[in-house]
Amino acid sequence: MKKDFGKITFWKSISVIIAVIGLFSFYIRFSKGLGSSTHLSDFVPWGLWIGFDFIGVGLAAAGFTIAATAHIFHNHKYESIARPAILTAFIGYMMVVALLVIDLGKPENFWHPLIMWNIHSVMFEITVCVMCYSTILSIEFAPVILEKYNFPRLLKFIKSITPGAIILGVLFSTLHQSSFGSLYLIVPGKVYPLWYSSFLPVHFFISCIAAGLAMIIFEAYLCARAFGQGLNIRILSGLGKGILIVLCIEFVFKFVEIFTVGKAPLLFINASETYFFWLEILIGFVFPVWILTNPKYKVNRTGIYFAAILTISGFMLNRMNVCITSLVRSSGQSYSPSFEEIGITLFLVMAAMIAFKVVVEKFDVFEPEEALQEENKIAENGEMVLQKQHVN
Amino acid sequence: MNEQMGLLFDASECIGCGSCYEACKAENKLPVTNKDFLKDHLSDKTYTVVEQYGDLYARKMCMHCAEPTCVSVCPVGAFTKTKLGPVLYDENKCIGCRYCMQACPHSMPRYEWGSTSPRVKKCVLCHHRLEKGQLTACAEACPVEATLCGKVTDLVAEAKRRIKENPGKYYPHIYGLEEAGGSNVMVISPVPFEQLGYSSKVPKQAMPDFTMQAMEKIPSVVSVGGIFLTGMYWLTKRKNKIAREDNENGEGKRK
Repeated sequence: MKKDFGKITFWKSISVIIAVIGLFSFYIRFSKGLGSSTHLSDFVPWGLWIGFDFIGVGLAAAGFTIAATAHIFHNHKYESIARPAILTAFIGYMMVVALLVIDLGKPENFWHPLIMWNIHSVMFEITVCVMCYSTILSIEFAPVILEKYNFPRLLKFIKSITPGAIILGVLFSTLHQSSFGSLYLIVPGKVYPLWYSSFLPVHFFISCIAAGLAMIIFEAYLCARAFGQGLNIRILSGLGKGILIVLCIEFVFKFVEIFTVGKAPLLFINASETYFFWLEILIGFVFPVWILTNPKYKVNRTGIYFAAILTISGFMLNRMNVCITSLVRSSGQSYSPSFEEIGITLFLVMAAMIAFKVVVEKFDVFEPEEALQEENKIAENGEMVLQKQHVN
Repeated sequence: MNEQMGLLFDASECIGCGSCYEACKAENKLPVTNKDFLKDHLSDKTYTVVEQYGDLYARKMCMHCAEPTCVSVCPVGAFTKTKLGPVLYDENKCIGCRYCMQACPHSMPRYEWGSTSPRVKKCVLCHHRLEKGQLTACAEACPVEATLCGKVTDLVAEAKRRIKENPGKYYPHIYGLEEAGGSNVMVISPVPFEQLGYSSKVPKQAMPDFTMQAMEKIPSVVSVGGIFLTGMYWLTKRKNKIAREDNENGEGKRK
């Protein structure tokens, strides 16, 4: 990697362009205010940034699903992807928090929820959960850093509190992942009925699980390209199967509700919402499910990668639909993000990708399969010896 | 609630003179935003407007709900429902998340988009005047009986009396009596309310209830989830250990 540091590559030039645009957008945002830097208005108070916060948090969901699978349900098969999943979640949350603060009208007051509590507010609950979960993610990821710099006592302490931290992390994630949907429960008159549901928090929770798993596959693909370190096909197809199950549950849940509540006619009327809804179903459900059930593709790397990218795209479209499309009609104003909104979003996405790359290069995030198995065996033996001594 | 103050707007009495608009601007020291008040719209510099619908006029302003959505959704509690009735905003607490604007069933809060330290702006029901026992500026300025200021219970009685004593003159509904769980500002009109630009999609339920349905499940999710996960952690760990021991013993015997 270091050899071609000086070379001008396609991605490097793109990064420089995004960095320039991003910094310029930051300048406009903070010197001129939200009015001049965004296309938000009194009728569209939330736009791309809030939508992207939903997306970022959802795509980081593997942080709790994989951590739970590997460390609570002790499914060792997925242990090797627990670290990348937790790192993704950590960086994802940092990005989301940054974007949330940039979106605040008074970013200097971002700390107010720490001392000013309104326990009836979903936004307050989300703020608290995101803060607590970010702390937990740093505990979960700390061993990777500490191993490298050799702090055995601190490492031992952190490892001793990790199981509890993981359980708390799953709880906090369940709460705030669903609460992003709860934000819209209070606006039944405004959200277009195809997306409004009193089960919105459940929809948000289910769909983030599929998106989080898909994100891990997508990352594995990018890492395989960058470092030539692909994921084991057994893990990949296991994740693919997980996505398939979750997508099907969400689909059945969504459509049973649409039909029982009598919203079915909306599925066939000629309205822009109808098209956006079906596009979301097509990209986020039909295509990935077709790939993941096809015997030829479901055990094929490229097939699974494609299914993952489609799942992520469908998920992104869903969040944007809830956040933007569903509100256009009631607000009476259409919205498209401004240059600065796009600029800052791209900048943060790029920063997150670079941060991920740097950490993966510096620390043992992706453990080599064999080393891991070896380590497991040693750990198991050690445990057993201890137990035998105890019995004797 | 019965001691709280509110407003009753009667669209059939309004002559569209704009006195309320001018009085509101003067009372709240708001700058001129439009030479023709009928063409103005609510903004951070305009707390109330008079809109023309054919030969009828409709006033728009914050409804000062009995159980306000903004009070319920604000993460830092920047909104309060005061004892006197007005819903007030504290700019020193606000972080600027704009959830109040997104959530308000009447879409009333406005934002200072042009500022680098923006505040939420809306009608304050002249709380500083109510405190002194005065009427709101708009009600005091109204030359006819279109905008009345008084105790909510009296206003409801007056609205009912007008509807009852003038059969056929009014559309038989008091907008704001039940909308969003009821509000301190109410409207009566000769025509259905959506014809005057009042949203017909506002539920009759108090809006914070919608959130409570989800929020009240949090304690059970946490306790059941916590017990389940801890149980699974212990069980699967034990299961793996037993499986390993069995494996080991089996191998041992074969050897």
